[in-house]
Amino acid sequence: MEDLQIKKQPKQYDAVIVGSGAGGGMAAYVLAKAGLKVCLLEAGADFDPAKDSNQLKNPWESPRRGASTKFRPFGDFDGCYWGWEIDGEPYTHANDTKWEWWRARMVGGRTNHWGRISLRFGPKDFKRRSIDGLGDDWPIGYEDIKPYYDKIDRLIGVFGTNEGLANDPDGIFLPPPKPRLHELMIKKAATGINIPVIPSRLSILTKPVNKERGQCFFCGQCGRSCKIYGDFSSSSVLIKPALETGNVDLVTQAMAREVLTNKDGLATGVSYINKTDMQEYQVMGRTVILAASACESARLMLNSKSQRHPNGLANSSDVVGRYLHDSTGAAIGGVLPQLFGRKRYNEDGVGGMHVYTPWWLDNKKLDFPRGYHIEYWGGMEQPAYGFGWNVQNMNGKYVVNGKKKEAGGYGASLKEDYRFFYGASVGMAGRGEGIARRDSYCEIDPSTVDKYGIPVLRFNTSWSDYEIKQAKHMKETFREIMHEMGAVITWGDDDGPHNNYGLSNPGNIIHEAGTVRMGNDPKTSALNKWCQAHDCKNLFCVDGGPFVSQADKNITWTILALSMRTSEFIVDEMKKHNL
Amino acid sequence: MDRRKSIKALVIGTLSAGAVLEACKTNGDQHPDAKADAFAGLNRMQEEKAAYDKVMAEPAFFTDHEMKTIIVLEDIIIPKDEISGSASDAKVHDFIAFIVKEKTELQTPLKGGLRWLDLQCLKRFEKPFISCDHQQQMQVVDDIAWPEKAKPELAQGVAFFNTLRNIVATGFYTSEMGVKDIGYAGNQPNQWNGVPDDVLKQYGLSYSEKELKECVSFDKA
Repeated sequence: MEDLQIKKQPKQYDAVIVGSGAGGGMAAYVLAKAGLKVCLLEAGADFDPAKDSNQLKNPWESPRRGASTKFRPFGDFDGCYWGWEIDGEPYTHANDTKWEWWRARMVGGRTNHWGRISLRFGPKDFKRRSIDGLGDDWPIGYEDIKPYYDKIDRLIGVFGTNEGLANDPDGIFLPPPKPRLHELMIKKAATGINIPVIPSRLSILTKPVNKERGQCFFCGQCGRSCKIYGDFSSSSVLIKPALETGNVDLVTQAMAREVLTNKDGLATGVSYINKTDMQEYQVMGRTVILAASACESARLMLNSKSQRHPNGLANSSDVVGRYLHDSTGAAIGGVLPQLFGRKRYNEDGVGGMHVYTPWWLDNKKLDFPRGYHIEYWGGMEQPAYGFGWNVQNMNGKYVVNGKKKEAGGYGASLKEDYRFFYGASVGMAGRGEGIARRDSYCEIDPSTVDKYGIPVLRFNTSWSDYEIKQAKHMKETFREIMHEMGAVITWGDDDGPHNNYGLSNPGNIIHEAGTVRMGNDPKTSALNKWCQAHDCKNLFCVDGGPFVSQADKNITWTILALSMRTSEFIVDEMKKHNL
Repeated sequence: MDRRKSIKALVIGTLSAGAVLEACKTNGDQHPDAKADAFAGLNRMQEEKAAYDKVMAEPAFFTDHEMKTIIVLEDIIIPKDEISGSASDAKVHDFIAFIVKEKTELQTPLKGGLRWLDLQCLKRFEKPFISCDHQQQMQVVDDIAWPEKAKPELAQGVAFFNTLRNIVATGFYTSEMGVKDIGYAGNQPNQWNGVPDDVLKQYGLSYSEKELKECVSFDKA
């Protein structure tokens, strides 16, 4: 065997941060701006949207015409490296668990391709147990986090409108884009049956916010990441300015193995393997901040056992890995016959929907406890792999330019059909809140390691009746909206008890959270209200891990707000010499 | 539309104009058939470059005979018309030859379907499909191109033709020629100012006062 040794970095940092996505990027930004010395470990490759984005590429510039691969499950131009599977990095399932785990490996993490849906949690979202008796209340409330949402709105930029809704708080918004044609039709149909449709809230710059970032030019390709930094990615908006302070050493291809601790049980640094040279390294810091994603951070803690932390680091409560929950999801799609043969124009707009539906009902009157919001899509999108598929299910059903045709076919008549149907698609998906449960969790698989020798996660998760009933309600609602707007459903209408009413597999919506949850009681939580470990005061977690509950909102804006709040707390505590 | 001019008009004066110009440089300038490097300009991580090289080093999946058959069939499915060229003009068969190496689920349906077709032609005309005359070819195609009126005993042929129609259509409408044909007008810097007035009028829709007041709008040229 080759000579294997551990290389110790002589430099002592103020903080070692694991992960460069939303949480880690914000921590690096706040700490570096405050003059602290930071080592930022990232398990994947370097990535700067300005030079690395596939924005404005045409479908024929990809040999696979934008089709997905395991490297880019959301398509060949997508801005995320890796996804559902990573070569040499398995994860396993207990029993009949269906958990799907998305892992990005790149500077900026998933924020390079995310949907930019930037929703604040509302006052009720922090106090659900007090409302419905399920799960737990957070140790903080909306008033604690509001100042940070405000700061983030200003720092990063988000468009939307102030609607004065009770549980969907107003913010400091840039103007939203006008609705597209199908969105006007959705709005008319849904509001007609008392389902509200309001401008979406996305972190995309419809107006400039500073001199470092450009203004959106409406290519609709935020998923590829933006060359002019016109939307929020941690890589462009946080990591880049953090690096420019000179206070951050970024180490890419660094796969964290363990958090190191001393005899007092305090964190002293992180050991990692450099994926490029396959050598072992240690980097030391006054604090360790985990932001590797909810499940990776839990894995790291569970793999960091010591005499003082026999159940994994800061896990005397035995909650690390538990309460794992993802957003619920269900979707439906079809066509709007009134859009057949429509006039062509550029309707790319921003990357994503211009309107959405926040949760609008009272769960006390329903048979499931938590809400969901609805996302919409459709229209004249850029053709990609899959375009024109199964036209034989369409062209026999509708009169094409005045002619009734036989299904299928070929030739000039078929070309006419493709043109006729283009741009008429419409779809919608629900994203809802599930209940975080102690018995839905990830843990260390006792018998499996990845190619670096690091023990991997085994998932043991399930949905309860609450989530299944919620999905059923979603589908009923979608059918009503589709019917109301005269749309024909072409997929997603096959739901029933056999498929949990179309409820997605847990993990599939990629909003996983709850594995390192916060709370006031060290017996039932891993972190205090500052995202500081009860059992290890210089260990923090700032990704989706600390979440007590999901809310019916995407979690990124709250990850950013919590990370900023924790990072300011760390700066403050260091000034006071408490850390 | 002159893309460069429109970009300059939109973003000139911002610090980021250079990045956009750089981003658009290869658009339209690059010959789509450029063989040199299919990933010219595409961002790839190391692992996917290696996987692509491995796929490209594999021998061709289709035989020459199969490729010739595909070329005849693709032009029956997408022929030249008054708006655009044919599938073979757009080199759809080159795309098919590549994509079957990655989308391996297409391999057996296509290879087996091509053999099914040749056997039909051998039985009927004692010749493989490409050696048949046009009338004979169209007789077989017409038997499998219309799923709802095809004879049940030809269901395998219908399934093959459906699969081939799918992949030919995708290959064509994601080519430069096909994207132009379908009329996709995006993928370029612009200012979204809402649905054009004449389209709103056509559908009897309008923006509310609230929307007009709150939404971002740009001066109309």
